[in-house]
Amino acid sequence: MLSRTADNMFWLSRYIERAENLARILDVASRMATLPSAYAGSSNEWESAIATAACQDAFHSFYDKATRDNVVEFIVASPDNPSSIKSCIDIARSNARAVRTAMTGEMWEIINDAWHEMQKINLRKLDAARLPRFLTFVKEASLRFDGAAYRTMLRTDHYWFQRLGTFVERADNTARLLDVKYHVLLPETEAIGGGLDYFQWSSILRAVSAQTSFHWVYRESVKPWLVADFLILSRKQPRSLISTCIQINDVLDRLSETYGRRGTSQRLARQIYAILDGAEAEALFQGGLHEFLADFIARNNELGQAISQQYLQ
Amino acid sequence: MAGGTFFDEMGGFDGSVRDGYKVLAKWLEQAPPDLLANRKAEAEHFFRRIGITFNVYGDDQGTERLIPFDLVPRILTSKEWQRLSRGLEQRVNALNAFIGDVYGEQRTIREGIVPEDLVMTNPCFRPEMTRFRPARDIYVQIAGIDIVRVDADTFYVLEDNARTPSGVSYMLENREAMLRLFPELFATMRIAPVDNYADALLSTLKSVAPVSAPADPTVVLLTPGQFNSAYYEHSFLADKMGIELVEGRDLFVRANVVYMRTTEGPRRVDVIYRRIDDEYLDPLAFNPTSMLGVPGLMSAYRAGNVTISNAVGTGVADDKAIYSYMPEIVKFFTDEEPILNNVPTWRCREPDALKYVLEHLDELVVKEVHGSGGYGMLVGPHATKAERQAFAAKIAASPDGFIAQPTLSLSTVPCFVESGLAPRHVDLRPYVLCGADGVRTVPGGLTRVALKQGSLVVNSSQGGGTKDTWVVE
Repeated sequence: MLSRTADNMFWLSRYIERAENLARILDVASRMATLPSAYAGSSNEWESAIATAACQDAFHSFYDKATRDNVVEFIVASPDNPSSIKSCIDIARSNARAVRTAMTGEMWEIINDAWHEMQKINLRKLDAARLPRFLTFVKEASLRFDGAAYRTMLRTDHYWFQRLGTFVERADNTARLLDVKYHVLLPETEAIGGGLDYFQWSSILRAVSAQTSFHWVYRESVKPWLVADFLILSRKQPRSLISTCIQINDVLDRLSETYGRRGTSQRLARQIYAILDGAEAEALFQGGLHEFLADFIARNNELGQAISQQYLQ
Repeated sequence: MAGGTFFDEMGGFDGSVRDGYKVLAKWLEQAPPDLLANRKAEAEHFFRRIGITFNVYGDDQGTERLIPFDLVPRILTSKEWQRLSRGLEQRVNALNAFIGDVYGEQRTIREGIVPEDLVMTNPCFRPEMTRFRPARDIYVQIAGIDIVRVDADTFYVLEDNARTPSGVSYMLENREAMLRLFPELFATMRIAPVDNYADALLSTLKSVAPVSAPADPTVVLLTPGQFNSAYYEHSFLADKMGIELVEGRDLFVRANVVYMRTTEGPRRVDVIYRRIDDEYLDPLAFNPTSMLGVPGLMSAYRAGNVTISNAVGTGVADDKAIYSYMPEIVKFFTDEEPILNNVPTWRCREPDALKYVLEHLDELVVKEVHGSGGYGMLVGPHATKAERQAFAAKIAASPDGFIAQPTLSLSTVPCFVESGLAPRHVDLRPYVLCGADGVRTVPGGLTRVALKQGSLVVNSSQGGGTKDTWVVE
């Protein structure tokens, strides 16, 4: 297939996945913000949302303090934010338009419909009543796109590049979401493992639709190292780092079989797998969760670049 | 201008229903009043959803628009169609022979059929093509011939499009929409199908692959990209044919061979169905600032390693100045009388004609010889006095640049407009495919309609719409 087509498929899938993740980040922050202020103390969930969305610098060049309204506005549709939900969907549609022939009619219609729908929604001043509906709309568009790709695409390289984009972005997003805990500093008076701490870890699970499944897997109350185990090392959890890593390896193997050639991306993906495969949650905590996640995000980035050099140029 | 003096294809002049329209007329009569309105809304939803939009140049806001689609089909009987398709084949064969002659022996010039300066100083004449013979000696593989009708028996060729005619995706999508909206009509009427167009196009393109190409040549569609007004059509056709939709940056030339960049490395390309104008094809041969083309493409073409379709330089034959000589050109190459006539045309380059045109501007349609898309034309009877005067000055300043034609009483077909069914003027663009394995014309074509009451301008850029075209037994 054309390198440009593969590049477009890869990126449009990343942008759709990213839009969903941004929606999930706002969902978590809104939920944390519902805590009574006496209870939550001075926790800064809106600042953490900005940090998780990886747009701190851009945000703070326009605003001093993160508030509910300016964060929602910035992440949803601010023209000053190049990776707002709106611009993710704009870019995804533009990429999709450029490679319409590479995807199925169903996939195109989902992106095109979502884009048209978004033109109709007033993205300014999404209040407490309208925001959840908007976030649901974004998550549903992404789920439908993912499902349409899975159910309608021929299993050829077109499909593998679509999957690759989804998984590389999902790995990055899961790592960032988990890292949010690092950014949400607990108030000094709050005990680790106390009510607020519990609430925050639960919110992360909720953000990846894994709150119920957590209990099915661990049959225990939410504990930080168990959440980390679940979202990093559990092969049962489809969004965990190791699950996405296994899927990335699988796709890259298919590509190397199809093309009869292996390269840097296959090698890097194997390395990441080896790191995750040998890790234990407790050790991760002792070595520093944030440092581990930062290293993972950097390696995942490097993998993205290797894929680009190997196939997409 | 009042209605009634126009030939209506459904009703004729006397209000009786013409052959081919009888079933439809009865159906329209019996349809409940809100049925058409409901189906029209459905159709709009359908087109918006599949993303069949076009971009309007010079319009910053609504850059993506739907071409208005009218529900009432335009019907031709198979007898009418047979005559049309024979005429089209004759015309396209003559176009191909003429282009070969222009870049070869130039007998038409030497024998005085066509004035030399019209060819040699024509901006679309490509000296690079001189003495070069494209694969199978076919220059125009895809032609769009614009036809107008003025009465039951008279069809005129309004314009030949021998470069990169567009609109065929509307022909196909209109049919798709009609099949969904009016299955009951398709069940009772015998309507010739059009959906084999993409297959026919691909066979045509493969038939003109270079001799050196493998038995199953690699065909690609070259587009300027997604901001081009016809991008939807490019991706639509590539998809229907199952070929890659490439941009200039996807292709490169090494040792006079064209390759595309793929995830598996370079892959050789044999036939390029290009939807890019000549001057943007190759910055080394033509416009050096073009970012759309492929450096070295022309030299690969001249080396016979790739087929460019339509060939480079075909614009010399679809020029409006050459158009007026087409009847003579047809006779010269086919030894037959033209089956399809031209609209009577005054060439302003001829002093007598110029005088006549300037004196009768209020009756004539004046067109720029090198214009297209309905831009830069004057419809005399609809223009204000000031507009006519300004245009007269333009003509007088460079008479060679203009031709004039009588304001034709274009036929009308009923359309579903706000006030209900009302006659609107139409034209017809059939698509003619010309390959080494013969000439094929899918029955029907694109009917364009001037949706504004009384208007004669059917171009989509000027408020025109489209209709499905049915050829019925």
